[in-house]
Amino acid sequence: MTANSLLQVSNLHVEFTTYGGIVHAVRGADFHVERGETLAIVGESGCGKSVAVQSVLGLIPIPPGRITQGEAILDGHQILGHQTIEGKDIRGNRVGMIFQDPMTSLNPTMTIGNQIAEPLKLHRKMSGAQAKKRAIELLEMTKIPEAAKRASQYPFEFSGGMLQRAMIAMAIACEPDLLIADEPTTALDVTIQAQILELIKDLQQEVGMGLILITHDLGVVAGVADRVVVMYAGEILESGTADEIFFAPSHPYTLGLLSAMPTNRRDVVQTLMPIPGSPPDLFSPPEGCGYAARCPQAMEACVANRPTQFTVSDSHFSKCWLHHEACEHRVLEVQQV
Amino acid sequence: MTEPLVQIHKLTKHFRLGIRDTVHAVDDVSFDIRPKEIVGLVGESGSGKSTLGKTIIGLHAKTAGSVTFAGRRLPFRFSTSHFRKFANRMQMIFQDPYSSLNPRMTVGEIIAEGPKLLGTKGRVKIKHETREWLERVGLNADHVSRYPHEFSGGQRQRIGIARALILEPDFVICDEPISALDVSVQAQVINLLGELKDSLGLTLLFIAHDLSMVRYVSDRIAVMYLGSLIELGPADEVFFNPKHPYTQVLIGSNPEPDPKFERSRTFTKIQGEIPSPVNIKPGCRFASRCPKVMDVCRKKAPELRNIAANGKERLVACYLYEDE
Ligand SMILES: Nc1ncnc2c1ncn2[C@@H]1O[C@H](COP(=O)(O)OP(=O)(O)OP(=O)(O)O)[C@@H](O)[C@H]1O
Ligand SMILES: Nc1ncnc2c1ncn2[C@@H]1O[C@H](COP(=O)(O)OP(=O)(O)O)[C@@H](O)[C@H]1O
Ligand code: SF4
Ligand code: SF4
Ligand SMILES: [Mg+2]
Ligand SMILES: [Mg+2]
Repeated sequence: MTANSLLQVSNLHVEFTTYGGIVHAVRGADFHVERGETLAIVGESGCGKSVAVQSVLGLIPIPPGRITQGEAILDGHQILGHQTIEGKDIRGNRVGMIFQDPMTSLNPTMTIGNQIAEPLKLHRKMSGAQAKKRAIELLEMTKIPEAAKRASQYPFEFSGGMLQRAMIAMAIACEPDLLIADEPTTALDVTIQAQILELIKDLQQEVGMGLILITHDLGVVAGVADRVVVMYAGEILESGTADEIFFAPSHPYTLGLLSAMPTNRRDVVQTLMPIPGSPPDLFSPPEGCGYAARCPQAMEACVANRPTQFTVSDSHFSKCWLHHEACEHRVLEVQQV
Repeated sequence: MTEPLVQIHKLTKHFRLGIRDTVHAVDDVSFDIRPKEIVGLVGESGSGKSTLGKTIIGLHAKTAGSVTFAGRRLPFRFSTSHFRKFANRMQMIFQDPYSSLNPRMTVGEIIAEGPKLLGTKGRVKIKHETREWLERVGLNADHVSRYPHEFSGGQRQRIGIARALILEPDFVICDEPISALDVSVQAQVINLLGELKDSLGLTLLFIAHDLSMVRYVSDRIAVMYLGSLIELGPADEVFFNPKHPYTQVLIGSNPEPDPKFERSRTFTKIQGEIPSPVNIKPGCRFASRCPKVMDVCRKKAPELRNIAANGKERLVACYLYEDE
């Protein structure tokens, strides 16, 4: 973390009131993104990835949602509970967003070109003709063939991969400082996924924006992330550079995830090691370590005491009691082959 | 060589859309599945994997071609009595653990339904076996009276497995059995399938789009593109030495959880997306996206041929490998 991170989120707590009780969706998350950097947030379904990021941008429904604690600073400005910075919109302007389902951000009754032009007229005060010209340029940047013709088509005339490109064009229209991509390729086939990830990487470099990529796919993370935070049951259990997370994981959960996935090394016979059980119920989250019920290295102390954050290196942090100096054991090392 | 358990011969399944349009979901697919082997079937969504699986076990009537099972030709179109007759030979496990279990039935009723319909076993025996199967798939026998919504995705997939395997089939088609599950739980289900396969001597057709998982479980891998079978061979051969240009792109796009590998990856990019399977043009189906397309490719579809020497099997449908 540097003093002037692009986005700095601290001690974020988010809850939802439902008829079944209160869901503690995010339970004290800290993360930051630098300019030009890609941060991946990984974790299993329901662990709080989307809520952690969406709540910061005012995208969760309140009620039933509620941010009970925390701070989020974008480019030096406190943004929790704010829609604007110095009178200018945050969303769609300083921060662009892409989602798994493009139709959550696209209007089915409006041409693709007009939809991309809209934020340019709104935030950049462009004239209709200027905005339209720019929309076509943006479609070209996202490698949509025959961009001018495509701009006058409607979403239903686009395939899934093309819709994703159109949404990316819209998200980067105002040259945001930060792009948030929530499972942008989860619904796509691998060949299309590879194209879209390449595109996002290229555009990020061209525009120099920070990128938060939310995904459950560690393969995708390995391909694009500079840094990674690993979430579980509403908490960030480990964070570090991509190489630290993959080659020197320092939390039993990260190690468990990596050991549960097949890797492809020729002539290496691998046995997948599943993580037993399933994630805890966030209606009544565990008092101690959130991973204790499934952790093969759990100790007595883990059940009642929530681990604090331990420093593994300047860039690498882990919330696990195994790093406590009084603990005799260490996080098992990866089985390097 | 042992006699194959399943022989799929020129199997075709078309769907009519209105009067003029035909969806070529599966076209002229032929391959064998040997006893006790796992064949992985991969391909992009819409390439015809599920349709092929359903047509093999009779959930779709065939448009053309045949399936021979344990030496006997299966009927062209299955009647209720055919399903009953083959229920304890062939079963299918479906992708979505949420929608494939009837929410109004208890887990016990769901698992016992098949054996009850078959009527070959008494009630007491079925009840006993239902409890036994729950334990066998890693659940608790006392869960019989619970409903599907009380279980997680991984647990529901185990219920689906118990429902299919209680019938003691020889051959099981698993259609994306882990796609809806989280990474940590996928490995639970995969290992369970592997154990049951070994203990029961099952033969599996494993459909999935996760190439690494398919390589992990399969003896051989079959690749489909737009309704056609385009490559088939031993799993590691296909994965590490893909021959068909499409398989090369597919494997070249498979994300590896290894940042060093990803940094050194050289991209074989292809343009565009899988075309529509409606009213397919003649010629190679990959021609519109193939980086190595030649004139001949657009004229007539290449046939699936064995390109391996010395009795090995390496089937590829591509003109690049003809006349070698
Ligand atoms: N509007 C809401 N009302 C009630 N609970 C909610 C709401 N939105 C999210 N939650 C709950 O908050 C928790 C975290 O959800 P979130 O969507 O952040 O998960 P995620 O990590 O993004 O999962 P996925 O990978 O499935 O997208 C879950 O338990 C979820 O059920
Ligand atoms: N019942 C049906 N009626 C019409 N078209 C169908 C039907 N089932 C599948 N198809 C079409 O057949 C093609 C192959 O589908 P499917 O076998 O489900 O692919 P996969 O399982 O590989 O994703 C797709 O174009 C699909 O839309
Ligand atoms: S704190 Fe304890 S239970 Fe939690 S991950 Fe570390 S060893 Fe396991
Ligand atoms: S037959 Fe031609 S178009 Fe088809 S995959 Fe081979 S080279 Fe490409
Ligand atoms: Mg989410
Ligand atoms: Mg399918």
